Amino acid sequence: MTRPTRTKSSLINTNKKLSFVFNGKKYEGFQGDTLASALLANDVKLIARSFKYHRPRGIFTSGSHEPNALVEIVHDDYNEPNSKATTVELYEGLVAKSQNCWPSLKFDLMSINDKFSKFIGAGFYYKTFMWPSFFWEKVYEPVIRKAAGLGKLSKNKNNKNSEKGFLYCDLLIIGSGPSGLISAYIAGLSGIKVIIVEEDYVFGGSLNNEIFKISNMSPQAWIQSILKEIRKLSNVRCIENTSVIGMFDHGVFGAIQKLKESKIEQIFWKIVSKKALLCSGSLERLIPFQNNDLPGIMLSGSIRSYLNRWGVNNFDKVLLFTNNDDTYVTALDLISNGINLIGVVDTRDNPRIFDPKIKVFKSSQIVSAKGKLYLKGVDIVNKVGELTHLKCDYLGISGGWNPNIHLSCHTGVRPEWNEKIYAFVAGKTNVSTHLKAVGSANGRFSLNDCILDAEKQVLEILSDLEMKPKKYSLPKIKEQSFEIDPFWFVKIGSQRKWVDLQNDVTVKDIEMAYAENFRSVEHLKRYTTLGMGTDQGKTSNVTGLAILASLSNKSIPDVGTTVFRPPYIPLSIEALVGSSIGKNFKPTRLTPTHNWARDNGASFTETGLWLRAEWYSQKNEYHWRMSVDREVNSVRNSVGFCDVSTLGKIDIQGKDALEFVNKVYCNGFAKLPVGKVRYGLMLREDGIVMDDGTTARMCENHFIMTTTTVNAESVYRHLEFCHQCLWPEMDVHLISTTDAWAQIAIAGPKSRKIISKIVDKQFDVSNKNFPFMACKEITICGGVLARLFRISFSGELAYELSIPTQYASSLVSYLMEIGKDENIIPYGTEALGVMRIEKGHAAGAELNGTISAQNLNMGKMVSNKKDSIGMVLSKREGLNTLDGLRLVGLKPIKANHQLVSGSHLFNSSDTITPINDLGYITSSCYSPTLKSSIALGFLKNGNCRHGDYLKVSNPILKTEVIAEVCNPIFVDPNGDRLRE
Amino acid sequence: MIIDHPLLGPRDASEFIYLGDASLLKRPKWDEEKSEDNFYKYLYLRENVAGMHKELWFHQQGDRSWLVISRNTVTHEIFKVELATEFKKNMGKSND
Repeated sequence: MTRPTRTKSSLINTNKKLSFVFNGKKYEGFQGDTLASALLANDVKLIARSFKYHRPRGIFTSGSHEPNALVEIVHDDYNEPNSKATTVELYEGLVAKSQNCWPSLKFDLMSINDKFSKFIGAGFYYKTFMWPSFFWEKVYEPVIRKAAGLGKLSKNKNNKNSEKGFLYCDLLIIGSGPSGLISAYIAGLSGIKVIIVEEDYVFGGSLNNEIFKISNMSPQAWIQSILKEIRKLSNVRCIENTSVIGMFDHGVFGAIQKLKESKIEQIFWKIVSKKALLCSGSLERLIPFQNNDLPGIMLSGSIRSYLNRWGVNNFDKVLLFTNNDDTYVTALDLISNGINLIGVVDTRDNPRIFDPKIKVFKSSQIVSAKGKLYLKGVDIVNKVGELTHLKCDYLGISGGWNPNIHLSCHTGVRPEWNEKIYAFVAGKTNVSTHLKAVGSANGRFSLNDCILDAEKQVLEILSDLEMKPKKYSLPKIKEQSFEIDPFWFVKIGSQRKWVDLQNDVTVKDIEMAYAENFRSVEHLKRYTTLGMGTDQGKTSNVTGLAILASLSNKSIPDVGTTVFRPPYIPLSIEALVGSSIGKNFKPTRLTPTHNWARDNGASFTETGLWLRAEWYSQKNEYHWRMSVDREVNSVRNSVGFCDVSTLGKIDIQGKDALEFVNKVYCNGFAKLPVGKVRYGLMLREDGIVMDDGTTARMCENHFIMTTTTVNAESVYRHLEFCHQCLWPEMDVHLISTTDAWAQIAIAGPKSRKIISKIVDKQFDVSNKNFPFMACKEITICGGVLARLFRISFSGELAYELSIPTQYASSLVSYLMEIGKDENIIPYGTEALGVMRIEKGHAAGAELNGTISAQNLNMGKMVSNKKDSIGMVLSKREGLNTLDGLRLVGLKPIKANHQLVSGSHLFNSSDTITPINDLGYITSSCYSPTLKSSIALGFLKNGNCRHGDYLKVSNPILKTEVIAEVCNPIFVDPNGDRLRE
Repeated sequence: MIIDHPLLGPRDASEFIYLGDASLLKRPKWDEEKSEDNFYKYLYLRENVAGMHKELWFHQQGDRSWLVISRNTVTHEIFKVELATEFKKNMGKSND
């Protein structure tokens, strides 16, 4: 008998041929095919090698629950490993290859593992590779990784992009089978916002696999007619090619949409929905018997989908093995297509007779499959133990159906056992989620029940949302029955019976785990790897539990079940990352003078999110140190300016502003007069230093606080905490003005000359009327609002000038112009850092989250006469020992010896061991002022050790330098220059 | 997670920063005999609740309000979202 290889199906366009390559050989398929359906139609049965034993494997299912047919899709620039042939939509020019086999799929050398299977059963890794321990990393693991495993990454960059997006709706419907479509239709008519997502590239779910009539139409025609109605509704959005991968708290769902013919490869959607219906259908399970993993053995329902949806018609000599009624639908469809059906092996004693043409082997089981690379036949045994051999090319198995309740477990809800259908159904939804399973995902296995269930649940949801349904009509369907007897695995035979095809877990492995006392389901899973991998045991989990139950003489609900966790299907890290890669990983903040700096020779460095000028190279400078040394010398001898806008600026106002500032700083602020600035040290409540900065009292009730660049956000958050959570009764208002005000430091002995040139006439900036630590709101350059602070980070006579951000760029150009005579220069963060080390100012490297005020020699600043954050706990004994760490300066005996940050300090006579450790270096630089390397660091009892010589050791760089301990203030220790 | 902000309505949890137990609102007095011990307990000792928990969240990418959220740590159900300022005022003035 000759048949066309494809029967007619509305879902296959036989006028549109697509050619593709599998393992180097060219084949043809049609538009509408998956890679799997096209391979089956081309008689390609052997697709892959199994994970552990390298057994030959073929296509087993027709969806995303596929355990076997994993292939690598080859793109021009990268490979996609572990792609399921059963979900990859065929396209012209598709190239795919098998993975986990060498040298070829048919002749795989690693299949030797199969011969040694006795020695590499469950728990084999744990038992065998124990000794010697260093062998694990060096020998065992690399060998095992090479032998076992799935596909390989090409490690090439995928040049397509991923994106992320948000969607909102009243009702999310997951799956577009009969229940999903009916739900979307009824809900959509009522006017609520509905999103229906479908994993497949066509809508319709399981209906696409059927040929019975719905309202006198083919199922496919009915799908199109209801979709047409649904699509008329602007409040319903239908998205195909999209898998919901996880359900999270409060109605948040993650979904991954694959796009075709787009520069964007995939979109990760975060869908927020008031209600959700799980219409994900059900998945067929297998029955373990000897050699049940041979290519040619498939799930019964999957044979039906290849036959009906994809028109694959070259099945021949098909045998079916079942414990339920659904398999007879497959049998009838096979017969009506003229396919040679050998018969149905039914484990039940009195199965219903559907058609006398079907030969039924009742009360029988398949004990063993025969064949090497493909199925050639099976041995069956009946109730009285008679053995019969049957020749067959294909075998469809059905051990029953599991509602596909993966998503219902994601918020920690355990599935519940249903005695009527011998399967787990979704547990009671917990309060912070609102997902309800519908239709066959809810254990309703007949189409009529699915539709009635969908109607009932949608009406409930509409009433919850206080919406009224509009008039609708439901399709008419012939009554169907679904009966099942529990039958979990064939007990006869001592050879391996496969439970989890992807992880090569057999009945024997489960028995061994049980014998070795790994008896809880969670232990069983980890010991045998049952239910792990890319399919997460969707075809095998419940069967595995049933076997464990039978071993322990317990019922399945008593054995319990593991729960599913997200994601529902594997997704690439790239999908979660979206476009947040490279430069887009985090925002970049530019200073107000960025473009000016760029045009004037600056190099930039990252400080938190900011890019800051680190130094300005001049023509003749070929090393950064030349630029930095010049900048430092210029500031110390003449004048320079630096953009310090990145420092956090917090505007504090209100009647209680003074009291507030006095409470968040540990040192006294109560007597700070208007027009003055003070240094402030901010502690955490545990007494450790959080940040430091200056705070200026501009008016009676108006303060401007500065923070370090890196802590700008966390200090602001802390202040809001102090205000809102600790002292809400205080009349105080906070706002971050970091971006609103640019701040330029103008430093050096000639800085006053520069300042007087730009400040408007009416303001007196003489030393007498605007002394050190003065502040004032002024105008500059003929009326531009500004704030002037006489503060210094460099240790020189210096000012910081605040102006609205938009003027910053003009201001620095203007400074260059008017400062020509004084040889004014811009300086960067590196020179700024050198000068602050020379001056002994603590910065980020010193305020490292372990340092107290005492460590900084500021212990006496912590006022114990007032309440302030951290005051009480800063007085703890452990933070106040006499031999505690103290900030010191260090200077090598040879000026050109580098002192590296992170080096540790030792007495010169001591050996370099942790017990002799006396402290460490936090900051170091070359000081052009002292013409020597210098450093700051913390040293035990440091204040009593000025003048001592210590070993500065860096075991990582293997350096050791002798350095003298000194006052951390290297330059102008009395601060005379500040006050000049 | 979705947090129903008392002023702004439902917002995605990614806009917020979590701090911890709302007992941080009960800051001890600084000038009592047992202050050090009280601060030690305030800062370091926490109930590890399986169930109803009052906790502090900051709307960093929003209106910068601190919120006291009553959440079941087992089911993640959120029962109540209050502004910390309101919560604190209702706590009474005994602590400061």
